[in-house]
Amino acid sequence: MSLDDLYKETILDHTREPRNKGELPEPDVATRGHNPLCGDEILLSLKFGSDGETVQEIAFSGRGCSISQASASMMTVGVKGGRLDAADSLGRNFKALMTGTGSGEGLSGNDDLEALQGVKRFPVRIKCALLPWTALDEAIETWRRASRPAMSRPLSASGDHPAAVS
Amino acid sequence: MNSRVNPMRVTTPPDSKRSMACLPARPGQLAGAEGIESELPSLDTATIRRDFPILQRQVHGKPLVYLDNAATSQKPRRVIQALVDYYEGMNANIHRGVHALAEEATDAYEAARQRIGRFIGATEPAEVLFTRNTTEAINLVAATWARENVRAGDDILITAMEHHSNIVPWQWVAERQGARLKYVEFGPGGEIKLDEVASLLTPRTKLVSMVHMSNVLGTINPVADVARLAHDAGALMLVDGAQSVPHLPVNVADLGCDFLAFSSHKMLGPTGVGVLWGRRDLLDQMPPFLGGGEMIDLVGRERSTYNALPWKYEAGTPNIADVIAFSTAVDYLSELGMDRVRAHELELVAYALEQLGSVPGITLYGPDALQRRGGVASFSIEGVHPHDLGQIVDYEGVAIRVGQHCCQPAMESLKVGGTARASFYVYNTPDEVDTLVRALLQAQEMFS
Repeated sequence: MSLDDLYKETILDHTREPRNKGELPEPDVATRGHNPLCGDEILLSLKFGSDGETVQEIAFSGRGCSISQASASMMTVGVKGGRLDAADSLGRNFKALMTGTGSGEGLSGNDDLEALQGVKRFPVRIKCALLPWTALDEAIETWRRASRPAMSRPLSASGDHPAAVS
Repeated sequence: MNSRVNPMRVTTPPDSKRSMACLPARPGQLAGAEGIESELPSLDTATIRRDFPILQRQVHGKPLVYLDNAATSQKPRRVIQALVDYYEGMNANIHRGVHALAEEATDAYEAARQRIGRFIGATEPAEVLFTRNTTEAINLVAATWARENVRAGDDILITAMEHHSNIVPWQWVAERQGARLKYVEFGPGGEIKLDEVASLLTPRTKLVSMVHMSNVLGTINPVADVARLAHDAGALMLVDGAQSVPHLPVNVADLGCDFLAFSSHKMLGPTGVGVLWGRRDLLDQMPPFLGGGEMIDLVGRERSTYNALPWKYEAGTPNIADVIAFSTAVDYLSELGMDRVRAHELELVAYALEQLGSVPGITLYGPDALQRRGGVASFSIEGVHPHDLGQIVDYEGVAIRVGQHCCQPAMESLKVGGTARASFYVYNTPDEVDTLVRALLQAQEMFS
């Protein structure tokens, strides 16, 4: 096992040039995830399509190590423009890959995410890779909870992070 | 170079190599280290290293460079052997048998208490209570003395650089008893000011609980001065000595404190043993901590009376073997001489700050004056997250700590998510500092 198994070029590329980094000005949902061990935190903001079932926009900000940042960057690329169900299943498959209960087959050919496979051989770093995905789960759940009954958007008065969950 | 830039939060721009004012290499010339250039013969690290079997091992094919001593220290062969000797030669429960083994084990356990007490200048062994660790020692004071003496509207004063173990127990006391928990903030140099402490003390302050040496910043706090201020205000003083007792000469009479907490495993001893030293009159008055065997005198159906000090606070079978081995560790340190241990670490940390200061984009945290700094160097490097730094230097065999160091409020004050930290002990060498710096440069290269 070498260090290159962890720091693959794809990962370093996403760390150096993260995709979808920032905060959406008027998100439908914003969630915050943190890892108390290392102090990393991630803020996810999302906008959904008018059908309520599509991830129209997604952005992440916060601070974190290369693994959590790369994972967040890849995640946003993986779910942006797709349906919530697809985001759900991508998340499930990625978690299964990380925790050793899945093979990564369900990553729908997402080569970048597959590059994160090496992380599972570094047990303390698995949490880093999963941090953004846990925040995404919360975001989707918050959105569904708030929108399902009436299909109305859970906008709060503050407008900052309307449905912020921490 | 006579003056030196405060290393706290000084960031060298990545393109200006070696632009940061560096410490001179020789400790005798160090700013703030006057008088440190002592007559003491320096530690013979080559010999010392041979006493620590683990230092022979390799990590990822490289010799181990262990720079995580503030987390836990390594153990000399003599301490490991003391554990084996105890279990092979005299294992028995103590204070309750009439047979030879029980007597020998009891004698060894109580002799350990005596030696450990002497090491910190305790007046009598009865003031030395064994706990599991520093955390439990602080919790003991919170659960006994504070429960009886802190009332609604009272204050407890701590600092923003405390370890979680010296925060959470007091949050509980404050919540449970309606008291206020106040914080002394530290300045940009990682130091607290005495007049700020004084200004926060009121007649309602019941306790000041303060770390002697910060595990993050390396700051050595003026706890003796704070103890005087606390006493003038009618408060008691608890010193968290987890980082200081292993690395500095510490004497409870000189500190003038009321309680001192520290751990065996950070000072060459085994895990699972901590000490609470307390003033005898306080320990006599305080209620017991845990109830059970050993801590009692007479047990009736409804109520019981309690044992004399120190056993009143040691319910159940204690960690006999580890206590005995801890006293072996204390003997080892005494033979080296705590003055020499301190001088050795001062030399190392000075060299480390100088060498680390040459790394582009580095920010060093902690006090400017070496006199007020222990053997700890916390830092961050622009563009490389501490977690990645820790992982990459590990592949060069270098063990450092990264993250929040159980000090989230301190991280908040520093406005960082975490730092990387190298911490030194008796077996560390300048060569190991060089290995660390080389590994850090590699990490930086990887992310550039």
